[in-house]
Amino acid sequence: MDFSLSEEQQAILDMAVDFGAEAIAPHALKWDEEEQMPREMLQAAAELGLAAIYVPEEDGGSGLTRLDATLVFEGLAMACPTISSFLSIHNMVAWMVSSFGSETLKDRHLAQLCSMQKIASYCLTEPGSGSDAAALQTKANRTNEGYNLNGTKSFISGAGFSDLYVVMARTGDESPGGISALMVENGIDGLSFGAQEKKMGWRAQPTAQVILDNCAIDADSLMGAEGEGFRYAMMGLDGGRLNIAAAALGGAQFAYEKALAYAKDRQAFGRSIDRFQSLQFKLADMHTSLDVARSYLRQAAWKLDNQTPDATRACAMAKRYVTDSCFQVANEALQIHGGYGYLTDYGIEKIVRDLRVHQILEGTNEIMRVIISRSILAERDQ
Amino acid sequence: MKILVPVKRVIDYNVKVRVKPDQSGVELANVKMAMNPFDEIAVEQALRIKEAGGAEEIVLVSIGPAQSQETIRTGLAMGADRGIYIEAGQDVEPLAVAKLLKAVVDKEAPGLVLCGKQAIDGDCNQTGQMLSALLGWSQGTFASGIEIAGDTAKIIREVDGGLEHISISMPCVVTVDLRLNEPRYASLPNIMKAKKKPIDALDAADLGVDTAPRLTLVKVEEPEARQAGIKVASVTELVDKLKNEAKVI
Repeated sequence: MDFSLSEEQQAILDMAVDFGAEAIAPHALKWDEEEQMPREMLQAAAELGLAAIYVPEEDGGSGLTRLDATLVFEGLAMACPTISSFLSIHNMVAWMVSSFGSETLKDRHLAQLCSMQKIASYCLTEPGSGSDAAALQTKANRTNEGYNLNGTKSFISGAGFSDLYVVMARTGDESPGGISALMVENGIDGLSFGAQEKKMGWRAQPTAQVILDNCAIDADSLMGAEGEGFRYAMMGLDGGRLNIAAAALGGAQFAYEKALAYAKDRQAFGRSIDRFQSLQFKLADMHTSLDVARSYLRQAAWKLDNQTPDATRACAMAKRYVTDSCFQVANEALQIHGGYGYLTDYGIEKIVRDLRVHQILEGTNEIMRVIISRSILAERDQ
Repeated sequence: MKILVPVKRVIDYNVKVRVKPDQSGVELANVKMAMNPFDEIAVEQALRIKEAGGAEEIVLVSIGPAQSQETIRTGLAMGADRGIYIEAGQDVEPLAVAKLLKAVVDKEAPGLVLCGKQAIDGDCNQTGQMLSALLGWSQGTFASGIEIAGDTAKIIREVDGGLEHISISMPCVVTVDLRLNEPRYASLPNIMKAKKKPIDALDAADLGVDTAPRLTLVKVEEPEARQAGIKVASVTELVDKLKNEAKVI
């Protein structure tokens, strides 16, 4: 059993950290405040292969594993978890198009997805269906030319900003097998966006409702086969959970390192605060949490790459554990900074705000427990 | 044209350097190592020349302990074509390095050798100049601009008084300065491709070069810690101290 990263994996992590430190970190607070992010930065990331990490090389991607991808998202999140997570969503769409899209759909979009000339969003959640995603109500009615879409998607990262939207909509009955994945291009008639949501964190990525009102798309916009949409969505989720956990890990690592440095500089009662045992114990616990989270995240990613029977459960456990413990680490880092941690300029409160949502999206941590317990009970009773 | 770029594995520039307790050198155990930053600039320049159609192949060469192959791999991930590794200790002196590089040049026949102006560990700033002398080639040092046209290379050199423009004949040895370019990041596909690029190993003895040190290292010491400053009460006291204590006026 070898727990070390390979030479290439170390190079991947180093590159993500270095790119983040130069191209993202100096602007992260500004983008958070202005609630925007520049396309040029995303395209620069894409030039390094970060927009199509697990798209195979023959489709123009980087052809890496899920484990490799967690290194990328951890590294980028050390600069900004919001940007890292946004790239994760785009990567999922690029992977879907490459894995399930027809040749026509690939020809239309894939090269530009890999270069981020086209930026993609993913639309599953609706105002009335979150955790119960299969209950979605958006309709895609068959027409002579293709489909006619009606419905509303909510909490959509990149809404209004992205060029492409993968919309999960009902083409058949009320079961999960009645759901299809459809590609909608920005600018077409009937597609509009709600007001930008005001959010606790993840402010650099615009979030809004995607509103489909008699949106006509051609038949080639269907991804894969009709009725397969929910299956694709589920297949994307395991990896998505790893990425969301990895981004939480990078953010928490950044906060921990800031707190570690601050504890040396900050004086109280005539000595640096790291001379107090209560603070030392905090740092010890934070470091332990980060190391345990990292080890388990990488193991879960390894399981997904190797398609082990317990891969889905492992991804759920990793998402639940890593995002919970990383939020705690970030919160402790804020505590160590005292009043200064509460000030925006120190960059810690942003991490706490950003990481809070990692416990909610890509399946809430309660849903993770549903997945985990369902799996262990089924295993017991089989 | 083929471009040869020597790359050295050195202590990462972010690391706080510590002296070994026995003063025999700098502590390298469990210290992050990386490609010498000036060599990275040389690799980047070679890539740009190749991308502009001015070269067909970029060969990296590294001399040092086994991990130097990782440094070659870093350059291959940036886009260089292949590597040559020569096993040696960490502290091969510039003259021995220059002789080894000459042997590689004799074998590979590149049209241009692009070096970092110095390695940030020893800060010797000698290897490129020595190599050009051994080869009998022209040299352009501290380059902040390189333009190759046929048999001539136009080099912009950073000198104390400003910028010096020189024309030198090819083939030549050019050592690069900090402001020549900003090295690229290795892309994910290139990191994976680097794994498959060849690194040939050569033996210093087979190349007929004696790498035994000619210098004796007496000891390595930490620089003296900076003293806290003092406040002077008056201009008279300041002038007095500058005259009699610091002896600068």
